[in-house]
Amino acid sequence: MFQAIMNFLSLWALPAIIILILTAGLAKKVPLYEAFTDGAKDGFKVAVNIIPYLVAIIVGISMFRASGAIEMIGNACSGILTALKIPTEVLPIMIVRPLSGSAALGVFSDIAHTLGPDDYATKLSAVMIGSSETTFYVLAVYFGAIGISKIRYALLVGLLADFIGIAAAVLVCHSMF
Amino acid sequence: MNYIFYGLIVFSIIIGAVNGRLQEVVNSILLGAELSVKVAFSLIGIMAFWLGMMKIAEKSGLVEFIAKLIKPVTKKLFNEIPEDSPAIGDIAMSVSANALGLTNAATPIGIKAMEELQKHNKDKSTASNAMCMFLAMNTAGFQLIPATVIAVLIGIGYKNPTEIIAPTLLVTTIAFISAIILAKVFEKFWTPQKENGGDK
Repeated sequence: MFQAIMNFLSLWALPAIIILILTAGLAKKVPLYEAFTDGAKDGFKVAVNIIPYLVAIIVGISMFRASGAIEMIGNACSGILTALKIPTEVLPIMIVRPLSGSAALGVFSDIAHTLGPDDYATKLSAVMIGSSETTFYVLAVYFGAIGISKIRYALLVGLLADFIGIAAAVLVCHSMF
Repeated sequence: MNYIFYGLIVFSIIIGAVNGRLQEVVNSILLGAELSVKVAFSLIGIMAFWLGMMKIAEKSGLVEFIAKLIKPVTKKLFNEIPEDSPAIGDIAMSVSANALGLTNAATPIGIKAMEELQKHNKDKSTASNAMCMFLAMNTAGFQLIPATVIAVLIGIGYKNPTEIIAPTLLVTTIAFISAIILAKVFEKFWTPQKENGGDK
């Protein structure tokens, strides 16, 4: 039942928003087609604007991942993790999550497939992935689109929030599963 | 950002050399550069679609209506932005799209919100407090339904994948609220917008 409601919601969220926007536009006598194409014109410009920022961040992150630094941090931290009763399999997710969404999802599917549905690590990493965002990517895209290079405390806040999210995930999963 | 950029690249090269993976690191430059362009170009179509939709929503007064609806909250969080600015409505739309897991819609709408915030920004190359607040909300990744994760869990034969929703919701709410609080705290203590200050 609950699952059916959830599926219904995620299927209908997008169509509902589109219907709402178009109907409100029609009711207010907005020239729908003209307004749409007028707004859509900027799509290309915005996408091209973010390329330099994306290149800077994505190249940096793929170099970091290729260097094996993540495994090194993992080895260094494994002692702390065992002390906190966190399965070491989850560690790559914690490190990769703010850097790359697709990589984190890849690690997660890997954990899920090798350890199976009943393992604690699967559940913990599912909660971690579901409750956080790719901080570096978001900052690069959003600030890049409007040409801001001095980002002040935005990254620090994003990473601190990620850290709090990880800690919360560990605590919540520990008490629930 | 200068230090992070330097650190990310120089550390990667040194660590790659230590691990004997220098070749992989060098190759990853090309792969990363290619991926960036792919990501940007894959955004063009969906970006155009949602920017078009948002133009309709704006002209019909829908964005303004939503902005009015959440005014009590935004007044506190974005006190530098005039209440009737379209930025507020865009921010609300973007956060809701993110919460519903509609990443494809959330990114273009969020970028539009950033453009509106930029209009109120004094120094066009430095992030304003409002921008940092908006992105704090964004990077915390508030989500009601973690659809992708559930899809993976169903794929491995997880019996009751929806049991992941409640803990995820709890954790994401904690992270979301702490991000907002942190952004507010940093806003007070961080050097205000200046040529040299702030960026790290």
